[in-house]
Order: sequence, then structure tokens, then C-alpha cells
Amino acid sequence: MIAEKYAAEIEIILAKYPLDQKRSAVMPLLYLAQREGGYVTKGDMVEIGKILGITSTDVASIVGFYTLYYDQPEGTIRIQVCNDLPCALRGADEFLEKLCENLGIKIGGTTQDGSVTVEAVMCLAACDKAPMFQVQSADGLSYYEDQTVRSALEVVETLRKQDASK
Amino acid sequence: MSEFILLRHRQIPDLDQLEVYRQHGGFEAFQNAVTTMNPYDVTQEVKASGLRGRGGAGFPTGLKWTFIDNENWPHYVVANADESEPGTFKDREIMEGNPFQFLEGIALTAYAIQATEAYIYLRGEFWQIAASLDLQIKELEADGLLGEKIFGTDYSLRIFTHLGAGAYICGEETALLESMEGKLGQPRLRPPFPPSYGLFGKPTVVNNVETLTNVPFILTRGADWYTSIGTEKSTGPKIFSLSGRVNKPGNYELPLGTTFRELIFEHGGGIPDGREIKAIMAAGASSSLIIANEEALDTPMDYESVPKVGGALGSASVIVIDDTVSIDWVLYKTLHFFSHESCGKCTPCREGTFWMRHIIDRIHKGEAGWSDVELLNEVALQIKGTCLCALGEFAIEAVTSGIERFESDFQAKVTGVSSKE
Ligand SMILES: Cc1cc2nc3c(=O)[nH]c(=O)nc-3n(C[C@H](O)[C@H](O)[C@H](O)COP(=O)(O)O)c2cc1C
Ligand code: SF4
Ligand code: FES
Repeated sequence: MIAEKYAAEIEIILAKYPLDQKRSAVMPLLYLAQREGGYVTKGDMVEIGKILGITSTDVASIVGFYTLYYDQPEGTIRIQVCNDLPCALRGADEFLEKLCENLGIKIGGTTQDGSVTVEAVMCLAACDKAPMFQVQSADGLSYYEDQTVRSALEVVETLRKQDASK
Repeated sequence: MSEFILLRHRQIPDLDQLEVYRQHGGFEAFQNAVTTMNPYDVTQEVKASGLRGRGGAGFPTGLKWTFIDNENWPHYVVANADESEPGTFKDREIMEGNPFQFLEGIALTAYAIQATEAYIYLRGEFWQIAASLDLQIKELEADGLLGEKIFGTDYSLRIFTHLGAGAYICGEETALLESMEGKLGQPRLRPPFPPSYGLFGKPTVVNNVETLTNVPFILTRGADWYTSIGTEKSTGPKIFSLSGRVNKPGNYELPLGTTFRELIFEHGGGIPDGREIKAIMAAGASSSLIIANEEALDTPMDYESVPKVGGALGSASVIVIDDTVSIDWVLYKTLHFFSHESCGKCTPCREGTFWMRHIIDRIHKGEAGWSDVELLNEVALQIKGTCLCALGEFAIEAVTSGIERFESDFQAKVTGVSSKE
């Protein structure tokens, strides 16, 4: 129940928008809910709808439209490699392929232990620092730039250890 | 090295600290405007500076502010920090390195149109930048530079951040406003334009981060000083995001009107491995492919000159392509991007980008014939002029120019097939 647990934060979010425009708070509230379990549950959508006076179907359509919201649990650590044109011109495709090879997966796949998913994504505004990727985990999202396959594998190891020790 | 106007943090250490920013004259322009100038004069100064929007369209900024409907209140300022065009990474550097100048630019813009609330719409991946901006805004409020009755006047202003969630289309200003209202990020039918019907249906100025970051200097040093930088019709400094096959990719702040040659070969250190430059995309993935001949290289990068060599300056995100790259692969990349990012609201764009992607996949794999290349071009031409927003047009820029100007690359791809048959 995010409404009770995050009452103070919800107040702060709602205060950003005019009183009669509560619906604007849907995106920040979805982030709040997602922080909890790594994805947005049906229950969260109902709750958010109630807070904002919109239907849970409206909330679900927002979750569906934007790629940074998830409605199901995913591989805990998501490595998202940018292989858009500018990065690809600097070797991002080869980097992505080798990284996956080393982890024994296909692009978009999850490692056997279920801990790491590697995906290709569109431009992340770091094109001069390719190869680069962002990591999405329950803690949030961070950038890793000017990478090699070796440094990326080290990042993966560190994240796995952190994850296991939780 | 000449003085930076926008990337000042590269010359002044710790400029992201409010104290340091103020030691270097920060917020004097805002204080001066609020305490001694009327809002109209602020707009007039920006208009006289010739500043044009740095988000892509190059629309004159001061002129846009004069379109604000003064019969309808309240007014809003929205800073466009969605930065998602492949090849663009300048706004991120501004917000990370020189955030207070950006915030002061928002404050001045808000004062000029008498908005008491302003929002910064950031792409979702920039959540750390948003968190820093939230703290910086708090510091400004604590220093009395934002909040109620600023500098003892009747003027009040609050600034808020708002995070997007991974949709390129939300950089389009009306889709951005829809998204801010808690709806799907899909463009609105225009007119009306945001200065008459914007956020929450109220008059709104939407400006790019880099555009806004110019404003404090225009007010401090004056429009005459500003027009002395750049060319007659494209005034001021510009950040060129340089990427692709160059030795030193990165952001370069240079006067508008600097040539491609200077950017790519002097600042960018030329092409790696002794290869030849083949094509230039001047406005990220949304660009046509300019043939990188001597004439193109000597072209000044400003809003008037780039069209003369078959391109557009847009957000000045210069992607360099060398002679190891086949243009069909470039289209393969851009079409994957655009078919992924089409918001699906209008049929020609939604279906067209889908089909173009399928055709280019086949061409790229070497499984297509020349008639498929012609078909690709035809689909692109059918999209032209039929879409609700510019994304549809962006999606075909590289396709039509690539097929026309680099025909032999496509010939090579399709003859590969026929020889197998
Ligand atoms: C598909 C599409 C994506 C856009 N993305 C951005 C963007 O990420 N950042 C931006 O400032 N402008 C973007 N624009 C341009 C905006 O619609 C708008 O022109 C701009 O924010 C106005 O600010 P300016 O006059 O200061 O440039 C985009 C336009 C389109 C059609
Ligand atoms: S042109 Fe494409 S992105 Fe723009 S409104 Fe139509 S479908 Fe959406
Ligand atoms: S293309 Fe990869 S970050 Fe821009």
C-alpha cells in the first residue's frame, strides 16, 4: 500500500501541480510504486487511480505507453546497452554481442541463474562515450560509459555480488 | 581558448556550486530584471539578440515569447530537457556542469512572460540530474532567489522537475505537454500553439535547455554583444554534439557559422584509422545524409547554410560517417529507431515506419532486389507531408536522401543477391 507508506512523499508530489490537475502526478507516482518492487502491480494502479481520481485502466495505459515502467517482475539486473546509430559507429554492436557471448545469452536474454538480463536500447545521450550501457535495478538507474567487454563483465560481477548479499 | 558562454564549467571549476556561480555574476541578470526592468523589455532584449531555439526548429526565441496570450492566465514556462535525439548529448552536459545558469535562464524567461510556475521535463534516464536540480532549486529558494516575493518585489516563482519515462516523442513540445498532464505522450493537433494553448490549456512557452541557458548572458551583456557572435541570421554560440567516426567525439561550443571542416577535423581530430569521411548527418538521426565533399565541409553550420548542401542544422548533433560504412546500414539503424519511437497516433507514420523497417531489414540482409529499394523510397514519399508531427518527416530524411545520394551502396547490396540467384 503505497498510499500509507509514502503519504508524505505523495503530498510533496501532488503539491507540484495545480489542485485541479492532479492527474499530472501519475508519472511520479508510478515511479514511486515501481521503486517498491521493481515493477508496478495491479494493486498500485488501482491505488494511484484512486489518489488521482482516474480509472486504473487509464493508469495501465500510461504504464503500457512508456518504456521505463514495468508491469511484471523482470531479471533483477537489467544491462541496457545502447546500440543506436552513433554508438554503433563506435563499436557498440560488437560490444553487445561479445558481452552476451561471455554471459552465455542472446541479446534480450537472461542468464541461467536469472540474475542478469542484457538488452539493446535506443540513444541515452552519451553517444560520445560509447560503448556504454545503463543498469536498471531495484535501486534505480545508472550509467556506465567508455566500456570494454572486460570492464562490463566486472560491473556485472560486482552487481551480482551486491544483489546476492541483499 | 576563447571564453565559453554555455559550457562555462569547463573553465570555472565548481560552477555547479551556487556560491561559485554567484561569485561569477550568477543571478545578477535575474535580480536586475526583476528589480529594474519591466517584463516586456526582457523579451525585447532577447528578441533583439536574434537567439533562435536550440531544440531543433531554430524558431526565434524572443518572438515566441511575444505570442503569449495575455488575456488568459496563468502562464507557464516549460524547459524541454527530454534530449533523446540519437547523437545529442549537450543538454545533459549543461545540466550537470552549469545547472544554475540554466535555472537562471528559466527564471528570466518566466519573469518575461510573468509566469509564476515553471517546469523542467527531463527524460526518465536523467533522474539523477532531476534529483540534483531539485536540491539546487531548494538552495535558490533558501537564498531568496526563487519563491515568494523575490528581491522584495511582488514577483514570485517556483520551479519543479518532472520526469518522463522513455519515449522519444515526448521531446515534441505538444506531446511533452500531454505527458506532463498525465496522458499518453502523443502530439496535439496544431494550431493552437503552446503560447496560446499550452500546459493545462494555459499560455505556455516551451524552450530547450540550451536555448534557456543563453538568456542570462544576453541580459547581462546585451543583445549587441550577442549578435557579434555567429552570423547575421544565426547569432550566438552553439553546442555541437559531435559523434560517430571521429577521433575526438564530444560537445564543442563554437559560434554558429563554424564550418563542418573546422568542427570535424580541427576540434574533432579527424577520421580514425586514416579513413575518408563519406557522409554527415547534421541533426542526429532525424537528418538527411549530406555527401561530405569539399563544398559540404566548407559549409558554415548555421540555419541558412546547411540547407544549401541538402541538410538542416536542427539540434546540431553532427554524426560523422566514414567510407567503411554502407548507407543501407545507416538506414537500418535509423529506421529501427523511428519505428520503435513512432507514437502510433497517425497511420502513415505508424504503418510507414513499420514497413520501411521491414524492407530495410531485407535489403540489409542482402535478401532484396532493386525493386525493394524503389519500394522503400516510395513508402517514404507517401509519408511525406501526411503526418501530425515532424517525427514522420524525420523518419524519411535519411531514407530519401540516402537512396538518392548513395545509390551505389544500395546497388551493391541488391546485386549481391542477384549473383547468388
Ligand atoms: C519528434 C520530435 C522530438 C523532439 N525532441 C526534442 C528534444 O528532445 N528536446 C528539445 O528541446 N526539443 C525537441 N523537439 C523540438 C520541440 O518540439 C520544440 O520545438 C522545442 O522544444 C522548442 O524549444 P526551442 O525553441 O528552444 O528550440 C522535438 C521535436 C520533435 C518533432
Ligand atoms: S507523425 Fe508519428 S510520432 Fe508524430 S503524431 Fe503521427 S504517429 Fe505520432
Ligand atoms: S547513440 Fe548511444 S547514447 Fe546516443
